[in-house]
Amino acid sequence: MYVAVKGGEAAIKKAHKLLADRRRGDRSVPALSLEQIAGQLSLAVDRVMAEGSLYDPELAAMAVRQSRGDMIEAIFLIRAYRTTLPRFGATRPVETAAMRIERRVSATYKDIPGGQLLGPTFDYTHRLIDPDMAGDHPVEPGARRDVTEDAAYPRVTDILNGEGLIEPDIPSDAEPGDLTRDPTGFPAGRDLRLQALARGDEGFLLSLGYSTQRGYGRTHPFVGEVRIGLVDLEIDLPELGFAVNIGAVRVTECQMVSQFKGGGEDGPRFTRGYGLVFGQSERKAMSMSLVDRALRADEFDENRAAPAQDEEFVLSHCDNVEATGFVEHLKLPHYVDFQAELDLLRMLRREHAAEKTAGTDRQEAAE
Amino acid sequence: MTLPAYNFAYLDEQTKRMIRRAILKGIAIPGYQVPFASREMPMPYGWGTGGVQVTAAILGPDDVLKVIDQGADDTTNAVSIRAFFAKTANVATTTKTADATIIQTRHRIPEEKLKAHQTIVFQVPIPEPLRFLEPRETETRVMHGLEEYGLVHVKLYEDIAQHGHIATTYAYPVKVEGRYVMDPSPIPKFDNPKLDRSPALQLFGAGREKRIYALPPFTQVTSLDFEDHPFAVQTFSRPCALCNATGVYMDEVVTDDRGGRMFVCSDTDNCETRQADGHKGPGLPQLGGSAPTARETAR
Repeated sequence: MYVAVKGGEAAIKKAHKLLADRRRGDRSVPALSLEQIAGQLSLAVDRVMAEGSLYDPELAAMAVRQSRGDMIEAIFLIRAYRTTLPRFGATRPVETAAMRIERRVSATYKDIPGGQLLGPTFDYTHRLIDPDMAGDHPVEPGARRDVTEDAAYPRVTDILNGEGLIEPDIPSDAEPGDLTRDPTGFPAGRDLRLQALARGDEGFLLSLGYSTQRGYGRTHPFVGEVRIGLVDLEIDLPELGFAVNIGAVRVTECQMVSQFKGGGEDGPRFTRGYGLVFGQSERKAMSMSLVDRALRADEFDENRAAPAQDEEFVLSHCDNVEATGFVEHLKLPHYVDFQAELDLLRMLRREHAAEKTAGTDRQEAAE
Repeated sequence: MTLPAYNFAYLDEQTKRMIRRAILKGIAIPGYQVPFASREMPMPYGWGTGGVQVTAAILGPDDVLKVIDQGADDTTNAVSIRAFFAKTANVATTTKTADATIIQTRHRIPEEKLKAHQTIVFQVPIPEPLRFLEPRETETRVMHGLEEYGLVHVKLYEDIAQHGHIATTYAYPVKVEGRYVMDPSPIPKFDNPKLDRSPALQLFGAGREKRIYALPPFTQVTSLDFEDHPFAVQTFSRPCALCNATGVYMDEVVTDDRGGRMFVCSDTDNCETRQADGHKGPGLPQLGGSAPTARETAR
């Protein structure tokens, strides 16, 4: 019996009620607090802040809770909120050399001024599920190092640059572009590329970065340095005529030292790939730096053939909020267009059958 | 913590102005895709964010809004978008095509002729009619600039060579005032003739792809074709099972698992209005039912 597809409104309300029920889960178990999420699932919160492009751990924790742990859904919630906020201005370039360092490793030198600091890393853990994780066993506080006032952690790329072995940073006083305020055109420029990559999907960038290591746009990378820690944000206030500190954010920075390019006025030297991400995410920062370097192919007259070198391809597809929306929209009704296809297909099949019959008749007549 | 209250129709006024500028440019250059700084909306990309932004930018407190998806007012996404504007703009909503001042649509144009005071807003997934022939935006923009549309005709020609017919049944490309080739959004080609010289303002919004384009009232819109393969629309051999309408677009509804089908109006408002006026269709299954009932007894 044909039942008209009615009552969409009631169905939506009920679905959302059920969603809220499932989100809460067993009522005899205490609800997750935002402190628990931000404090104990902090890398999830970091990812939501990074790809949501909004540094607010509490809000990100709310989003993780609301999305039942679906990261892209949480990122989407943050983005949809972020877009309603006014834009006051741009901070001064962040001085990552002055970072309050929590972790810092270099793969290019055995030791560096300031030292290698492992910090809170999964590296060298044996991936054995820890039975303690089933309960709430007491955890000892981590050891703290003494930080002296004059402790300096110069960037490895600055050390290389001191010798002229690497291309220098390209200084600019121009306000960087903002792809959330202006439509992107191609070529996009490195500022917009880096912005897109910083917001881009971790998995997508990871795979693209990986593909460059496997020969699709190889860049011969070395991790000059990865550092994680707090950096101060400063903003110029025209009324005052100087910059004021407006707070600090935790970031992960990766400087990838890549294939040297040679000749010209300056002689051969290493090139750079750069990654900077909100929160603690080495995987993302490293992937970003690989893809950034690959995307600079034109600057170094490299043959642009691999996906990771293709700016339009990478920038058009790295955003997981855009991607998930368009992939998932396929579940919306499409029956009007499907009907049009059915109609054509039936006609083509009718004609095909008629031709076949006619063909057989002709053949029989010939025999 | 307190989350802020939202502006009328959700978007802030700066954003609305930016979108209106894009719309005005679109109207000034019919069929040309204007890039705009599409915002992240509280519904997913691909679910009508372009249409929603255009509607939000043109909506006023006195407007009466109708939202349809697949021709129906009660499909879930249409319900969701209508509820969004009812909540954020507190505007009057309607399902009556004639009563609406703004109609946001996905995949259909209403059967009832639109009038001069009305605006129809299309949700567009892929605004670029050349996209599936040339994936690069950098290339397609040049092709539009040079009016280099040979590729589209080659594609249509290849369809004819392969299938004997043009095998595009929806999102059928059109030429606007003899200049820009435009994607009419994934409406069935049945609706293409309604685009031509429509008294209503027609706006197209693609959120994810960040493009807006427009057809001002009475713009000439021609569906691409060949002299020996003229453009033709779908026809349905049966009238609507519910309201007996002919010459309208139909949904094919599967009524059982034995090949039973019925055809009903895709435009629910048109169908309901006709039924209220006393039109009555032949009712249940019209086609199929071909499998013997014996199979059921054997089960």
